[in-house]
Amino acid sequence: MPSDSKSPPRKFRISQRASQLSPSGIRKFFDLLASTEGVISLGVGEPDFATPWHIREAAIQSLEKGYTMYTSNLGIPELREELSRHLRSHYNIGYDPATELLITVGVSEGLDLAMRAILDPGDEVIIPDPSFVAYDACVILAGGIPVPVPTNEEDSFELSASAVAARITSKTRAILIGYPANPTGAVMHRNKLLEIVELAKRHGLMVVSDEIYARLVYGIDHTCVAALPGMKESTILLGGFSKAYAMTGWRIGYAAAPKEIVAAMTKIHQYTMMCAPTMGQVAALEALKSGENSAIEMIEDYNRRRLVIVQGLNDIGMPCFEPKGAFYAFPSIKRTGMSSEEFAERLLTEEKVAVVPGSAFGRCGEGYVRCCYATSLADIEEALARMKRFVVRHRKR
Amino acid sequence: MLKEILKILQNDARTTTRQISAMTGLPASEIRKLIKQAEKDRIILKYKTLVNWDKVQNEQVWALIEVRVSPQKDVGFDSIAERIYRFPQVGTVYLISGTYDLFVLVTGKSNHEIANFVSQKLSHIEGVLETVTQFVLKRYKEDGEIIEGKEEAKRQPVVL
Repeated sequence: MPSDSKSPPRKFRISQRASQLSPSGIRKFFDLLASTEGVISLGVGEPDFATPWHIREAAIQSLEKGYTMYTSNLGIPELREELSRHLRSHYNIGYDPATELLITVGVSEGLDLAMRAILDPGDEVIIPDPSFVAYDACVILAGGIPVPVPTNEEDSFELSASAVAARITSKTRAILIGYPANPTGAVMHRNKLLEIVELAKRHGLMVVSDEIYARLVYGIDHTCVAALPGMKESTILLGGFSKAYAMTGWRIGYAAAPKEIVAAMTKIHQYTMMCAPTMGQVAALEALKSGENSAIEMIEDYNRRRLVIVQGLNDIGMPCFEPKGAFYAFPSIKRTGMSSEEFAERLLTEEKVAVVPGSAFGRCGEGYVRCCYATSLADIEEALARMKRFVVRHRKR
Repeated sequence: MLKEILKILQNDARTTTRQISAMTGLPASEIRKLIKQAEKDRIILKYKTLVNWDKVQNEQVWALIEVRVSPQKDVGFDSIAERIYRFPQVGTVYLISGTYDLFVLVTGKSNHEIANFVSQKLSHIEGVLETVTQFVLKRYKEDGEIIEGKEEAKRQPVVL
């Protein structure tokens, strides 16, 4: 029996599919972060507000009343009805709560279900680069092939129709986009989106649109892809409560799509998840019914911090286009001559500020770092002061 | 735009002109001008600090006093209110609806001191018919700020 001291005998085997997923490329960075104290983190991906009290109170009451059982696979009917009203009032689009809406465990599950419901092995999905890390992974898990389309700072990281067109093949099945965007904070203007959906229509592609940050837009209206002319029939709209109502830990999202697709997604959901957490659904219902004021207050607050960090980054030599959505700024670090990973590691070691290397979100994120401004103004100012020292010290050009 | 500046300052009076300028897009000189004018117009009354006195050795007692008065001809409640709010130990005076007419917040060094104020001063003011003094036992929240047990965000330091 050959025995190799370097590799212990294999007791189990990891599937090719799981192996194919890139382990979040910045493991080393995470380890470094865990062992550093006194860090100011601009690396978070969630609000710094706790869920508004009236929403928490509704969930507490539901527990007291004993709402602790499964709900319908699709989600609590009242929540779907309220969601249907919400989508109509915000985007003037109608979804039948009985057949066209599914409550999911965050957009994360919705994304996974959408991919599994529409992809066959070898199908290609067009994804903007850089993008949220789960897009690639969910396509791969569903047997598909992610096809990145470069976006760049000169275009404010908007997806261009010509770049998409150049990558459409006979295997292309869908375009997967998420605007306002993580990690760039970019939004898609309506006219640009219209060009993309025209392409999708011409080639018979689905558009899967992750609109989790829809409410977090500043000085611009959000365009809902499904509400564009003729697009309801070929859009899977994914949304949720995490960002607008500061409810990340509740894990409640939704999918809105033509009923055949919702039916297919529901089958998978039923076998893998059963239903979204009951308490979370009750909280989400309260958020829709009376969370508007709290949402607006938080959005106004993000906006103030956004303006401070964007101006600050530009002032200290980390040039940054104006992000009009989400709660991220995506400054360039090219002047330091470092890779974004090296920048993030050294910034953490030398100045104890955590940012996320842009390369974690795709090749086109190289040369940038993601700075989340959902943190206190005092921390933003201190982080800016520390980053200024760092950038001045390492400036190459 | 003044409203937005006031909102920012009400939340944190130490927000710098530079920060307000970034938040509003107005030049710093313009911000300074608007604030100066608002101070002059008594729109901005004062900048102060919210203190948790329980954490410092400090003997201070608060009482909420409801006062029923008989309004006077021509001046209504205003002149009685004035005679009350002139006392320096009176921190707040509101005209309120309901059974009582005035709500008065008084601070003192001891219950005794406040009792004296009520019996020797307040109840002797002409037009004051009745007072109800309620001593504050514990302060939970002040001006929107939870005094103890404030929630802190327990977030993962990095989430992609």
